[in-house]
Amino acid sequence: MTVPNTAPEVAGLAPELAGAKKGQGETPIASASERFTSYDVEAFEVPGGREENWRFTPMRRLRGLHDGTARFDGTAAIEVSAAGSADAGATGVPRGVSVETVARDDARIGAGGVPADRVAAAAWSAFREATLVTFDGTPEPVTITVTGPGEGTTAVGHLQLRTTPNTSATVVVEYRGSGALADNVEVVLADGSRLTLVVTGEWADDAVHVGAQHMSIGRDAVLRGTSVSLGGDVVRISPTVKYRGPGGDAELAGLGFADAGQHLEQRLLVDHAVPNCTSNVIYKNALQSVKGLTAHTVWIGDVLIRAAAENTRTFEYNRNLVLTEHARADSVPNLEIETGEIAGAGHASATGRFDDEQLFYLQSRGIPEDVARRLVVRGFFGEILNRVTLPELRERLESAIEAELAVTGA
Amino acid sequence: MSTLEIKDLHVSVATEDGAKEILNGVDHTIRAGETHAIMGPNGSGKSTLAYAIAGHPKYEITSGEVNLDGEDVLAMTVDERARAGLFLAMQYPVEVPGVSTSNFLRAAATAVRGEAPKLRTWVKEVKSAMSDLDIDPDFAERNVNEGFSGGEKKRHEVLQLALLKPKIAVLDETDSGLDVDALRVVSEGVNRYREGGETGVLLITHYTRILQHITPDVVHVFAGGRIVESGGPELADELEKSGYVRFTGSAVDAAVAGAAV
Repeated sequence: MTVPNTAPEVAGLAPELAGAKKGQGETPIASASERFTSYDVEAFEVPGGREENWRFTPMRRLRGLHDGTARFDGTAAIEVSAAGSADAGATGVPRGVSVETVARDDARIGAGGVPADRVAAAAWSAFREATLVTFDGTPEPVTITVTGPGEGTTAVGHLQLRTTPNTSATVVVEYRGSGALADNVEVVLADGSRLTLVVTGEWADDAVHVGAQHMSIGRDAVLRGTSVSLGGDVVRISPTVKYRGPGGDAELAGLGFADAGQHLEQRLLVDHAVPNCTSNVIYKNALQSVKGLTAHTVWIGDVLIRAAAENTRTFEYNRNLVLTEHARADSVPNLEIETGEIAGAGHASATGRFDDEQLFYLQSRGIPEDVARRLVVRGFFGEILNRVTLPELRERLESAIEAELAVTGA
Repeated sequence: MSTLEIKDLHVSVATEDGAKEILNGVDHTIRAGETHAIMGPNGSGKSTLAYAIAGHPKYEITSGEVNLDGEDVLAMTVDERARAGLFLAMQYPVEVPGVSTSNFLRAAATAVRGEAPKLRTWVKEVKSAMSDLDIDPDFAERNVNEGFSGGEKKRHEVLQLALLKPKIAVLDETDSGLDVDALRVVSEGVNRYREGGETGVLLITHYTRILQHITPDVVHVFAGGRIVESGGPELADELEKSGYVRFTGSAVDAAVAGAAV
């Protein structure tokens, strides 16, 4: 599965942060278009933590996923069932959905994209078999549950979701459990198809998840993605969107709620290389912590509009809400445009604080403190959660968020 | 009929040099149906009085009492005070990112009224109150005070006054930063709220300008952290002519008051 390594041996982004690599004797790359990719873990240097694409990540907490010391001694079980019926067994997969377990040499594997960091490549190099779920026609919604390998163990995973032409489907991918997981998720949309994809991270407190999502959008295909990141110790997800033909439309929405000690990182790249495509990225994070621990969120939003990608329309947006002290939100939007012939491009990022004055203001109108905090967080996340159209799932996520608020007892 | 009683109130704030006393024995009683103006020079402690009544954590009550209809206000949390019927229209209303004005107003009304207002009548009620204050309906979907101009923030405060219908409202320099038209709109809003005669208004201001729109029953002069003189509306006229110099011994405020007319 190794492909020739022709690109510069640095996987990095955000040229304005070039100084981050100083002292390592390496030259920062100038553009996201030069991002190094490979299926082979050995093609990547072991990151030390000062590289551009690792500089926010707490390397010591990665359980060796990045440096070859993780033994991948566990298994992350993947189960597919009809959404909404928790007890649906192996036969509970709706009509129009086929689930296969395939070997790594299956011709379809790799259709979504190529790893762009060492952990994704490590997962790719180590997986023995992949779960491949194909959606055809207009199937009922499906839930795919990925369960961590268990506390103290590490695992790799590989999942591919693919649509046939003109299919319209909804799938929920739920991450749960304990342990450390490095995985690749490929999302391959056939021409004219539409996929609504919800990815939730409701990990146990000890979990570490470093995931790469490779989205490949066919001609006139539509992806509506929503990610909800709540649990885990360190969760770092890197979605990359590419278009195979004109008319593609990708919307990636996401929210993260980082608690005391949690590190939640989202690194997005939308690579526009064909004309007449649309992308819309909207991510919101809330943070709360207590003294002695830090809650940390990182959002990297790279959008690349290559010379051929005329008439592109793109917008990316990140908002962070800092609810308490001892919290840190990093936000790095980056838009590179190589053609003047675009329909529209913009980005926005802002980080705000919920402070004592805001609390006083709301309370002075009769609103009790706990209600005030819920009001702020619910209002903040509403824009993202409203995209989750499965009512049971949305309610569960809303309660999970409110439970997070209660944990700090703020 | 409600009564707010303030007895020998002493309030201090923490500073780098230790606690500094700002209110120095305030005695004051206001009843429903009355409008009192509290006027005084900058730094005299007017706003501190307002925030101490509302319960802002920055201010420490060192002695004294505040009672609303016999209930101990100082023992209440900030939100309990509001639910008991107190309201503070702030000089600098706070921006609350992420909370839409409509959700905020509904949450406040739910808290103060003790039950969620019926959606259909509520929407009508809000629309009508907004139109009374010349507030663009789009404001309902904007985040609370976020990006509002000074005048818009003040209108939004008076909108809350209209919807929450407190027993006693303290308006802290609601007139500051308003142009002539906005001052008229805001004053009309306050006057509508006073009309029923069942509510008390404590109007804190530096300038006499707003008193031409909202006629007070009593005017108090505030200096050195307490009320130093009380009188009828004619006291405001005197302040307009000669400023606060008689109460502070400083000519500066006389000039300020003169310039503001």
